[in-house]
Formats: sequence, C-alpha cells, structure tokens
Amino acid sequence: MASVHHIVRVSKVTKTFHLGKVKVQALKGVDLNIAAGHYISIMGPSGSGKSTLFNMIGGLDKPTTGKVFIDEVDIAQLDAYELAWLRCRKIGYIFQTFNLIQVMTALENVTLPMIFSGMHNDAATEKGIRLLKLVGLEDRFLHKPFELSGGQQQRVAVARALANDPAIILADEPTGNLDLSTGEEIIALLKLLSRERKVTVISATHDIKMLNVSDQVVWIRDGRIEKIDEREELSISVGRIGVRE
Amino acid sequence: MTDRYLLADPAKRTSGVNRQVVLPFKKSLEISFKQIRVRFFRSLITTMSLVLAVSFLSFASVSTDVVNGMLATGDPALRQALIHAGYDIEPDATNVGSSPKQRWIIILSLLVCVVGIVNAQLMAVTERFREIGTMKCLGALDRFVLRLFLLEAAMQGLTGAGAGAVIGAVFSLINATLIFGTVAVGNVSWAQVALSVILSAGAGCLLSLAGVFYPAVLAARMQPVEAMRIEQ
Ligand SMILES: Nc1ncnc2c1ncn2[C@@H]1O[C@H](COP(=O)(O)OP(=O)(O)OP(=O)(O)O)[C@@H](O)[C@H]1O
Ligand SMILES: [Mg+2]
Repeated sequence: MASVHHIVRVSKVTKTFHLGKVKVQALKGVDLNIAAGHYISIMGPSGSGKSTLFNMIGGLDKPTTGKVFIDEVDIAQLDAYELAWLRCRKIGYIFQTFNLIQVMTALENVTLPMIFSGMHNDAATEKGIRLLKLVGLEDRFLHKPFELSGGQQQRVAVARALANDPAIILADEPTGNLDLSTGEEIIALLKLLSRERKVTVISATHDIKMLNVSDQVVWIRDGRIEKIDEREELSISVGRIGVRE
Repeated sequence: MTDRYLLADPAKRTSGVNRQVVLPFKKSLEISFKQIRVRFFRSLITTMSLVLAVSFLSFASVSTDVVNGMLATGDPALRQALIHAGYDIEPDATNVGSSPKQRWIIILSLLVCVVGIVNAQLMAVTERFREIGTMKCLGALDRFVLRLFLLEAAMQGLTGAGAGAVIGAVFSLINATLIFGTVAVGNVSWAQVALSVILSAGAGCLLSLAGVFYPAVLAARMQPVEAMRIEQ
C-alpha cells in the first residue's frame, strides 16, 4: 500500500459558511486519499457538500480547518502565483454550466490555458486543434459557445481542461445539464482520458451512469463521507457504457 | 481516437509546484479588443458620455484659443466685436482665460461623466463575474484581470476622448466663423488649438481609466468560487 501515489489527500477538512449569524457547516471532517490515475465519483444528495469538497480539492476555496495536499503539497501554503500555476498546469476543471468564455471561439477557449502557461501561440493553436479533434469537434473550431449545443460546449470544456496535460481533472456535475445520451458520451470521454492518459478524474455527480466507469465511488452525506465503494464491490449496472472493459 | 497527445507519457508531466503564469501583452490587447467588439453597442453608449464631456472641454478650450488669436492681431475692430459678442475683456488685456463659471460647468460635466463611467463599468464587471472566475480557474492572476479591464477602458477612452476632442474643436471653429467671420479662423494659432485638442483628449483618457479603476480592482480581487457562485 505504501507504494501507491496519492495525488490528492484531504485531511480532516471542515468548511463552515457564515450566513449573517447563522453558521452552515457544509463539510464536517472529511478524510480522503485519491490514488493517481483513478476515476473517482463523489456521489450524494443535493446539499451534501459535493461542490464544497470539489472547490477545496481544486484550490478554489480554503478549508476552515484541515488540509488539502495535491501531490503532497499543502495548497494552503501556496502563494497567489503558485496557486495560479497549480490551477493552470496541474488541474483541469469542468463545470456543470460549461463556463466557456463567451466572446472567444472554441479554439481560443482551449488555447487560453496554454497561453497562460507560456506556450507559444502557434504551438498552442496546433495543440488546441488536436484536442478539439480528440473530443470530436473537428469542424467547430471557430464557433462561439452560443453557436454550439450543450454537449458540444461541454466537449470544448473537456478539451480546455486537458490543455496543459493536467494530472487531475475535476468535474462538478459535468453531465448535469446534458441529456442522457450526451451525458454518456461525456462520461465515456472522461473514462477514456483517465485510462489512456492516466489522468486522475474526480467527478461530483448525481448521475448513476457514472458508477459504471468509476474505480471508486465516494458517498457523501450531510458533510461526511458515508462510505467508499471500490470498483469490485460495485454491483450496480444501470445503463452500461461502451468503454467499460 | 488515438492521438499523439492522448498517449502523452504521464511521467513527462511537470511535477512539483512552479510559479510561472503569463499573459503576453499582445494577447491581452487581443482579448480586450474582442470584448469591446462583441459589446459594441454597450461600449458605444459608455463612450458617448465621455465623447460629450470631452467635446465640451475641447470646445471651451479652442474657443479661448480663437479669442486669443483675434486679440493678438491688435485690431481694435476685432476687440470691439469680441466685447460685443459678450466677452469680458479688460481695456489693455492681450489674452483671456476661461471664466470661473465656465470652469465650473466643465468640471461638473467631467464629474458626471466619471460617475457614468464607474456605473457602466460596475455593470460590465458584474455581468462578467462568471467569466472572471473561469479565467482564474484557468490560471489567470489578479493582474491579468486588472490589465484586461484597464486596456478595455484605455481603448474606449482613447477613441471616445479623441473623437470628442476633435468634434469639440471643429464645432468651436465653426461657431467662431459664424459669429466673427473668417478672421476668427484666420488668426488662430494652430499650435494652440492642437495643444487644446491633445490636452482634452488626454484628460478624457485619464477620466476613463479613473472610472474603471475601482470596478476593475473589485473584479480582479474576486475569489473564483465567489465569482462563479453568482447566478446569471
Ligand atoms: N458560499 C456558501 N455560503 C453559504 N452556504 C453555502 C455556500 N456554499 C455552500 N453552502 C452550503 O453548504 C452545503 C453544501 O453545499 P454544496 O454546494 O457543496 O452541495 P452539493 O452537494 O454540491 O449539492 P448539489 O448536488 O445540489 O450541487 C449546502 O447546505 C449549502 O447551502
Ligand atoms: Mg453542487
């Protein structure tokens, strides 16, 4: 067990939100180790703290107490530059609402993180085209987000998340705004990436379809981890997906 | 679906934490320009108040230049025409400045203009919270966001103030010609007019930047989660 590389370690994390005088404890002590290259689903009812945990792991928000380690680096210790670098190079984010930049074309959206990382313009464009082909959008490079369907926008977002070859892809309900079959396509794509590129995929979701492809399912309820199911223990087979071995 | 990048060697991924993130100036310029172009109509309205205020400033300033040009001729008939037109000219004065009342009106119009710009830019920032949050998730630093907003304001300021200064000067010259005839334009010092136009345009650019500064700092300081939580 000692040889397993834990790309993400969450240690005794709590998060309390203050709404005026009312305190809401969204996370009540979460411990979680995620092995590199795994596909993890975080499941749980609405309001259970999935997005909050997602934001902690992604370095988008700070825990009230406890620590988050990415690659054994405590992210609370990072300064603004290092944090930006981490978001740029180590982690790729995918959101329920796609969050593409509306004034930019698909290709420009994908190349933006590469520009931030210091890549040369031509190299970034070339790689952007490759990534868009990879997600199946070879004829949509120059379209703006509003000219694309939801599924296509999410594909652009996946390509963008891959821009700097991140070690981790964080996806908060990536299929939440998509219909059944489009959602399955996105899940299949994520699974493929996780398998072929050894990217660690961490995905918060309500989507039962995700269970099939996950190496590990973390059930979270009311700010605590209820149980963690390993792949072998999973016996649920709702809507099998093609990429499953 | 197999691709060179798909099979990129995971071991080659950068490890450890570095701190190098960049946004080249040319790229910032490109993004800002795109933002203005996409929101062209809105930009136009934001710019319009600046055009008006600056053209007023330039009008007043060039009118003074015209009067001074006419006084410099030393022709008593012209001096008489000026006094007739309502200028307060001391018997032995060789030039005039703007009156205190005029200065007040100009300052007020510029203030109103700045308030308008702050208001418009605050709206623009609010509208773009999600975009700002997204950019930060992709690795943008606070100063990238700040720079984008400042560049946008500078471009708007440059066009708006430039256009306003020229419009104001042209109107002032036409106005003087209508009142005094071609002698007004014939005697004016063009160097002075050019200076007035440049100064007015410069003041306008500064105002535009001053107006965007607070909203832009607000935007740049946003934490990504806060920015993206806001529903749109
Ligand atoms: N910024 C915030 N301010 C106050 N309360 C918050 C904030 N963010 C989250 N919460 C609270 O924390 C709890 C967990 O929220 P979270 O968004 O993590 O849930 P979730 O599991 O992602 O739900 P969903 O599946 O609906 O997205 C909720 O009770 C929510 O009201
Ligand atoms: Mg959520």
